Amino acid sequence: MTSTLDVAKIRADFPILNRRVHDKPLVFLDSAASSQKPAVVIDAMDHYYRTSHANVHRGVHTLSEEATALYEGARRRIGKFINARSSREVIFTRNATESINLVAFTWGRANLRSGDEILLTESEHHSNIVPWQMLAKEVGAIVRYIPVDAQGYLDTSALDSMLTVKTKIVGIASMSNVLGTIMPIEEVTQRAHGVGALVLIDGAQGVPHLPTDVQAIGCDFLAFSGHKMCGPTGIGVLWGRRELLEAMPPFLGGGDMIRTVTYEGAEWNELPWKFEAGTPAIAESIGLGVAVDYLSALGMPAVRAHEREIIAYALDRLAEVPGLTLIGPDDPDRRGGVATFTLDDIHPHDLAAILDGEGIAIRAGHHCAMPLHRKLGLMASSRASFYIYSLPEEVDRLIEGLYKAKSIFKR
Amino acid sequence: MEDLYRDQIIDHYQNPRNHGTLEHPDISYEEDNPVCGDHIRIDLKVDNGIVTDARFAGHGCSISQASASMLTEDIIGKSLEVVRQIGKEHVLEMLGIPLGPVRMKCALLALKVLKAGAYGLQGWPGDEEEE
Ligand SMILES: Cc1ncc(COP(=O)(O)O)c(C=O)c1O
Repeated sequence: MTSTLDVAKIRADFPILNRRVHDKPLVFLDSAASSQKPAVVIDAMDHYYRTSHANVHRGVHTLSEEATALYEGARRRIGKFINARSSREVIFTRNATESINLVAFTWGRANLRSGDEILLTESEHHSNIVPWQMLAKEVGAIVRYIPVDAQGYLDTSALDSMLTVKTKIVGIASMSNVLGTIMPIEEVTQRAHGVGALVLIDGAQGVPHLPTDVQAIGCDFLAFSGHKMCGPTGIGVLWGRRELLEAMPPFLGGGDMIRTVTYEGAEWNELPWKFEAGTPAIAESIGLGVAVDYLSALGMPAVRAHEREIIAYALDRLAEVPGLTLIGPDDPDRRGGVATFTLDDIHPHDLAAILDGEGIAIRAGHHCAMPLHRKLGLMASSRASFYIYSLPEEVDRLIEGLYKAKSIFKR
Repeated sequence: MEDLYRDQIIDHYQNPRNHGTLEHPDISYEEDNPVCGDHIRIDLKVDNGIVTDARFAGHGCSISQASASMLTEDIIGKSLEVVRQIGKEHVLEMLGIPLGPVRMKCALLALKVLKAGAYGLQGWPGDEEEE
């Protein structure tokens, strides 16, 4: 198998990949939950704390100016990474979840009325369901779900009948964290705009793994998390179209998000700071800026090509295992680096525990998509997910581990 | 690793003892482990303070289901007084394997359900059991 990435070189950038688990070399197949971090990201945060830390936007002293320049520099790089028209459209949050909540609670409260509809898909992560349910309950709106089939493909004919003038916003993940399905977000955006609805893309999986260009997609909001794309935890992004963000009320009140405050009231700061109340995650945003540079240097098309190869190989190898049932798309062109499956009557937690004993980290459970699991008739599933540092040999180790589990559970 | 999956656990998982529900239980209680979604229900028939029959139902990993199976087997014929004394160590001893913090919850779910049910009968709070 030839790879478009120099995976050996990439692996050398990730210190954690040298570690052993239960005295076996670590095989980390849980990047969809959170990716590992290259040394450049860890070092940039360390260096910042050792040399330039001070609060941002406040001081006139050297350290504060350096910190502010690093913080705002990260914002610009992240804006470029998703091809935002302006870095003012890039709002730092804690994670994708907070980004979606921000939209639901500011734009949503200001714009949704009783009887309005919020359209999601059946394969959304809880993060792109629960904030909308909370909003719907508060304003009397209705949440509807576009069906997906067993491979996770969106029922685009249902989309047409479900999109009406009542639809105010469509929320859809660019890639499903359970099925790995790559969603036709450009098409969904076009059709949603056709009825005057806005579109929020949950890019928590898509942005780390697929080239993402907000202007090409044409969407209105994009939410993603730093920790799934080589960046640290505690930092995420909401990108939004400037006109929309300008018109939205703020999310949290406090320092940094105001222009002036009197005892009677306050005037909001301009974008993006209007949405960034309080001292932000400075080191983490700097880390994410470096992570984005790291991914850009590899090239997102090459990242995607590598993951397409590895998922194609994994799907082939997994299909050989008797008693294994894969869920999600068969077609690697329409699937990200996520392989979710069940094996015989072995409970996913047992499987994950046995694999852990072999040094292999996979995820077991409902992957924060309980409604989708229920729809598929599953209580839980096992998920192996891949990233830029994943090797075909690691797929082979996974397969060996699965056979070991089968032998332990053989009647 | 084989330690984690002693034959006895696999046996109880694949051939659960006292599996099902009782028609007219004197005590019935059920609970989830929200972390993994394991679910266990335990029904007891109690005669003169003695557990005369026990059933469990539910779903989850081998550890949670095997511990429920072993526990029901263990308590049939014992008095509620004795059942109430059963502690975490007893269950872990029956399982006989080392467990990390996450799987500990799987192992102790059945005991948690049993205690909540048994104490409930006496009006005790149900969630005294350890983490
Ligand atoms: C599709 C999808 N959306 C949202 C999230 C939430 O991300 P976070 O927990 O970083 O907010 C995840 C992460 O698991 C995800 O996979």
